[in-house]
Amino acid sequence: MRTADIITASLLTLLGAIVLVEAVRLGFRWGPDGPQSGFFPFWLAVILIGHGMAVVIRALRRHSDQPFVTREQFRSVLTVIGPAATMVLVTQFLGLYVASALYLGFYVRRVGHHSWTTALGLAVSLPVVTFVIFERWFLVPLPKGPLEAWLGY
Amino acid sequence: MGFENIVLGFHIAITPFNLLVAVVGITLGTIIGVLPGLGGANGVAILLPLTFRMPPTSAIILLTSLYWGALFGGAITSVLFNIPGEPWSVATTFDGYPLARQGKGAQALTAAFTSSFIGALFATLLITFFAPLLADVALHFGPPEFFAIQALTFSSFVGLGGGDPVKSFISIVVGLILAAVGLDIVTGQLRMTFGLTPLMSGFDFIVAVIGLFGIGEILVSVEEGLKFDGARTKMNLKVVFETWKTMGRYWRTFLRSCIIGFWMGFKPGGATPASFMAYAFAKRASKHPERFGKGELEGVVAPETAAHAAGVAAMLPMITLGIPGSPTAAVMFGGLIIWGLQPGPMLFKEQPDFVWGLIASMYTGNIIGVLMVLAFVPFFAAILRLPFAILTPFIVVICAIGAYAVHNNMIDIWYMIIFGVVGYVFKKLDYPLAPLVLALVLGDFAENALRQSLIMSQGTLLIFFRRPIAAAITVLAIFFLALPAITLWRRRREQRRVVR
Repeated sequence: MRTADIITASLLTLLGAIVLVEAVRLGFRWGPDGPQSGFFPFWLAVILIGHGMAVVIRALRRHSDQPFVTREQFRSVLTVIGPAATMVLVTQFLGLYVASALYLGFYVRRVGHHSWTTALGLAVSLPVVTFVIFERWFLVPLPKGPLEAWLGY
Repeated sequence: MGFENIVLGFHIAITPFNLLVAVVGITLGTIIGVLPGLGGANGVAILLPLTFRMPPTSAIILLTSLYWGALFGGAITSVLFNIPGEPWSVATTFDGYPLARQGKGAQALTAAFTSSFIGALFATLLITFFAPLLADVALHFGPPEFFAIQALTFSSFVGLGGGDPVKSFISIVVGLILAAVGLDIVTGQLRMTFGLTPLMSGFDFIVAVIGLFGIGEILVSVEEGLKFDGARTKMNLKVVFETWKTMGRYWRTFLRSCIIGFWMGFKPGGATPASFMAYAFAKRASKHPERFGKGELEGVVAPETAAHAAGVAAMLPMITLGIPGSPTAAVMFGGLIIWGLQPGPMLFKEQPDFVWGLIASMYTGNIIGVLMVLAFVPFFAAILRLPFAILTPFIVVICAIGAYAVHNNMIDIWYMIIFGVVGYVFKKLDYPLAPLVLALVLGDFAENALRQSLIMSQGTLLIFFRRPIAAAITVLAIFFLALPAITLWRRRREQRRVVR
């Protein structure tokens, strides 16, 4: 927990430093007609750096405690975020409907160990229901790929 | 003066279409409240794109009903599964779950719903009377007053949010920085884009809400190795009426919790502390404090009343001052802007149908809500019995759709995933997420108010102390900001005294 705390706070301090440089570039003083663009970000960056460093110092003075994540916890987090990120990547090429079908099917079958029938049933029905609700009823277009183009959408 | 307005509101709220909208909203909201990873704020965020083509009044009724539903739904998971759906349901689990384990789940749920309803009704009544008055006062506000109120909003998160004050401050600043990314509308300069095209349009807070609260929440809950150990319950009319008969003796608890809830909800960040405070006060005032935590009905009544009163009260600053009091109100605030309305005191002058329709729908929505949840508890509870491996991908897909639909932009789904990871890390390290979201929503407004104030004063910060209303609010904001330091100092001094 302590290490993660230090890393996160250091990253936030770094973010503050980047914003500070950018604010200086934009100008943080009084312009011809009021505060310049960098004025507000400049002070935010100063506060962020100050507080970020405070968290780091506080964590350094503390003794090490329980780990941020155990190996097992990290694995279960990865089984959620990994497939989810893959789905987003696939969406980029095949559209959301196909990607969500593949994702649902994969997850229900491989992670949940449910039967093929359940997996396939869900993988087909959710995208179809989504399509009807979003594209038909509410006229909200979602990302589409080659399959939808082939079907004429 | 106010009476014909509320009548006008009811004319709007009880049209068949708007009643249907309320029923749909409450059903979806309760489901969202029951599902892990989908709370009020991101439920509202996900459905927001669907309202773009609706009339604004029906749209806000849908979203507020969703919110009431989510509040009710949170009580179901707290009592039956010992899982607080929202942070302010935590206190409900203390006595709700023990009651459910003793087979008194139905009584606990009836008490929770009834208390929620009474809390909401109390807050709505106060809104009906105070909103127009507050809006009238706010009409005279200039940029310095608005900036002072925004500062007060943020400082109350630091001073009264209950979390680590340093980390709360960081959350706020990160939110404000993210809000500043993109085009600076005052000077027309690009800020913090570093030549990257995707950054030019900035970060949308709706996407941030879906990522932080949706994906982040799922990650936190899978890590805890989610196992739903649900208590079963049977609801029937007899139990409901019998529980209602006993409710009368808790009138003191109701009144106290209503007042705590309304006051804490009106000033931002208050719903969670309100529920804990109401619980603590109820315990202190009780003749049998030792029964609390083991299944005392009053321990369900107090936090639920306060949480719901606070949830409703959070709408008051949004419609009168243009300051959302909670992440959910912040998303609705964003909705108002998308529908082409200007949140703030002018709403009462320019859009009376909208405001009064909304206020009237708070009455109708909560009446429909309490009846629906009482009738359909088993159905809603059944959702949590679905296997987690089916719920998780389902929720992720819904979140992705919501994030994409805001701007029809693929990059937003990536932002959602990134915000999800950030939300997970922040949550584990005790960085509060609500102030981050509020800062992201209010960032541009706060910055503009500050700049305009400084232009008015030729660059001196003294303007925040020269105008009486601004001065009072600014002093209060500084006091809240200093509160953690004061508390620390006093505690240290007391410790030293004890040592001597």
